[in-house]
Amino acid sequence: MSAARVIEPGPLALIHDLGRPGYASLGVSASGAFDRSAHRLANRLVGNPDHAAAIESLLGGLRLALPAGTWFAVTGAWSDAVLVTDEGARRAVEPHTATRVETPAELHLGTVTHGLRTTVALRGGLAVPALLGSRSRDTLAGLGPEPLRTGDMLPIGPEPATPVPPADLVPIDPPRDGVVELRVRPGPRHDWFTAEAWRLLTTSDYLTSARSDRTGVRLEGPALERVPDLVGVELASEGMLRGSIQISPDGAPTVLGPDHPVTGGYPVIAVVVDASLDLLAQLRPGQPVRLRLAAGRY
Amino acid sequence: MRLLPSGDRALIAEFESLSLVRAAHELWVAEAPAGIVELVPAARTVLVRIEPRVMGLGAAEQWLTAHAPVAPAGDGDGPLVEIAVTYDGDDLAVVAETWGCSLEAVATRHTATPWVCAFIGFAPGFSYLVPAAASAPLPSVPRRATSRPLIAAGSLGLAAEYSAVYPHASPGGWQLIGHTDAELWSLDRDSPALLAPGTRVRFVARPS
Repeated sequence: MSAARVIEPGPLALIHDLGRPGYASLGVSASGAFDRSAHRLANRLVGNPDHAAAIESLLGGLRLALPAGTWFAVTGAWSDAVLVTDEGARRAVEPHTATRVETPAELHLGTVTHGLRTTVALRGGLAVPALLGSRSRDTLAGLGPEPLRTGDMLPIGPEPATPVPPADLVPIDPPRDGVVELRVRPGPRHDWFTAEAWRLLTTSDYLTSARSDRTGVRLEGPALERVPDLVGVELASEGMLRGSIQISPDGAPTVLGPDHPVTGGYPVIAVVVDASLDLLAQLRPGQPVRLRLAAGRY
Repeated sequence: MRLLPSGDRALIAEFESLSLVRAAHELWVAEAPAGIVELVPAARTVLVRIEPRVMGLGAAEQWLTAHAPVAPAGDGDGPLVEIAVTYDGDDLAVVAETWGCSLEAVATRHTATPWVCAFIGFAPGFSYLVPAAASAPLPSVPRRATSRPLIAAGSLGLAAEYSAVYPHASPGGWQLIGHTDAELWSLDRDSPALLAPGTRVRFVARPS
């Protein structure tokens, strides 16, 4: 079996597929790729099934040694990526396209310039052992493949049945740099908060906190107040979702990410709709965020 | 039962008692249609995750309303697991005082009570056990004022109406009454959680 070698993981490089949904009642979150659409696209570009395991690189800086014949694709956050052959020849790697390594070469991701998390898929997928049906790293529970370290050998799975699609460059914009709009719907405890809190939540510009990770993205902005009767009241822990917006006692919102705790005791005022969830993965520290009420029932 | 909104792919069903939560979870696990993809029980709620392409929120709401539990849970017929415990925890005295009994009687009362797993939370395999429906409840035990930074895996603790065995070494604020060698969480088993919701539990005292 061929393998890719990790030369340098960068700040944090994790192995992910589409996660392990269905174990929440045993205390295990679904986890899985943070930017699911980038993950699916990277896999499709190299002819993998959507759920094949790939690398999620935070901030870039990842360097991988790839054997000759490997197909790979880079999606999600943009960086200056280059392929360096053993002879020292360098060529730029286009995002959103399948590239074949003709002679053994190193893939270098530069520091991200748009977005935060880059997906690197290799044709065949990463054949590391699965745990509860998934090859995803749950950073909160400490389950699944360890974060990549220098020297790790990543086994590449067998050639998939589907060929590498002939599509050329897929025209996709890089992740947005400016204000990002996330659509939300009311959460189970929206009525714990004042009408003014709901107005502030859905009209203010919040800033993405640097203290954000795969467990949750913290937002900095106006504090959201509870109705007087419920100030200081403790909520019995209840089930949480990717996208649940919890309000901590100081009134600050946190949008839960893929490695969220299965249950939580902070009231959820709103939930980010499924179609907006992948945008969360690419929010950079300090980036402005607007939450808008999505159309639909409730 | 009250149904609460929870975004575009879930609902939360809220109940007046944990016993009704257990009844709903048991019923829905057995009968839920394909569009209901996950049920997460907790202390007063069941989170119902749906696949909107298979079943819309409105249809899910109708199904849940039509299948609301009418009576609290009985003891059920879940698997029975025996857990051997050495009752030597650091907080035995606190619990004895709360229960108004001797140190030895804490073990006697705890082993005399049949328990059942109501839900899992906090960490993988951290099962919240409550006295089975037929048994007399034990007095509620307050959490410690400050959490311990590290509790060993296998420690048996009490908090409020619950008993739990810590599946992993972790911080925690429960009152510790003993320890067990039972593996609460093991990836070598088909079901990694030893005590899934609905599992009945008997604690057995072993000498220290």
